[in-house]
Amino acid sequence: MEKKPDFGEQERLSEQASTLMEHVSNGNYAEAMKVISELNETRDRTLYQEVGKLTRSLHEAIRRFAIDIGTVQQQEEMSKIADASDRLAYVVDMTNKAANKTMDLVEASMPLAVDIRNEAGELKEAWGRLRRREMDPSEFRELYKRIDKFFLELTQNSDKVYGNLSEILLAQDFQDLTGQVIQKVTTLVREVEENLVNLVAMAGKVDRLTGIQHDMKAEQEDIMKGQGPQMNTEGRSDVVSSQDDVDDLLSSLGF
Amino acid sequence: MKILVVDDFSTMRRIIKNLLRDLGFTNTEEADDGQTALPMLKTGKFDFLVTDWNMPGMTGIELLQAVRADESLKNLPVLMVTAEAKRDQIVAAAQAGVNGYVVKPFTAAVLKEKIEKIFERID
Repeated sequence: MEKKPDFGEQERLSEQASTLMEHVSNGNYAEAMKVISELNETRDRTLYQEVGKLTRSLHEAIRRFAIDIGTVQQQEEMSKIADASDRLAYVVDMTNKAANKTMDLVEASMPLAVDIRNEAGELKEAWGRLRRREMDPSEFRELYKRIDKFFLELTQNSDKVYGNLSEILLAQDFQDLTGQVIQKVTTLVREVEENLVNLVAMAGKVDRLTGIQHDMKAEQEDIMKGQGPQMNTEGRSDVVSSQDDVDDLLSSLGF
Repeated sequence: MKILVVDDFSTMRRIIKNLLRDLGFTNTEEADDGQTALPMLKTGKFDFLVTDWNMPGMTGIELLQAVRADESLKNLPVLMVTAEAKRDQIVAAAQAGVNGYVVKPFTAAVLKEKIEKIFERID
């Protein structure tokens, strides 16, 4: 963010410069030093103004990070969440709850399907014996009752499974809320980043003006530390994009 | 067949446990990182280890290295189930002696295939 000094400032600067020249050529060093310190002040003032502006916009970005969603109840819920990391913790919590709820319902549904499947298998076998006329009357009466019971069970289990499936559907509503929260956090991160970039540019200017040199070492990426999921893997050769890639890589290593 | 499932996310542990149960493995225990897993492995007589990579405390790759360095555990089959997808990481896991590597998100079929392949080789 290279800002041009305004016209007044420029004029003052050239005025001060010629005064300085004058003093130096006249051998008036005490006066020359005074002008130099005035120049310094001008420079510092510009710097402070820039830093002040950046600080204000940073504050503004953080202040603006207040969520406004949906119902009063949701607002109450959200107002307890003061900062971005709390908000992200809320997302983790919501997704965790939704995942667990979904898994509860799936785990409740699976045995119902297994029961129906097992009973249907046994009935099919008995039905086959009936068709082949291998069944005596007492067995048939048993089968008769069993089929009645099976139809009842089938209806009940299907209803339960259907109910569980609709609850699973509803449990996905977290996506709406967490999506909104994440979008807010993303916006904040972007704003903060922009302001930070400006701040870094300012710091760079300060360094140039004052002649400070930093010992900058690029941080080495440690692959042994987990890096989490990779995004935008397409066209990247350092990252696998599917299980097939993993399998190919491992087999090339002799696996 | 006793299996230890190590992942810092309880939902992922639950998913893996469910899939393992469908494959007929009902004797499973859980740990949330390498530090909790290692003492369990040392005393628990486990036959198989399924671990994530990225975990606080002790990561999955460190756990794998610790397992291979331990006289009583060094032959334990280890399957890595992880979102870590850098080629260098997969090579590092292979060098550390992993028996299988599954990248998240994964399917039940992939998990089944890798587990079967591991036990095929061992039998």
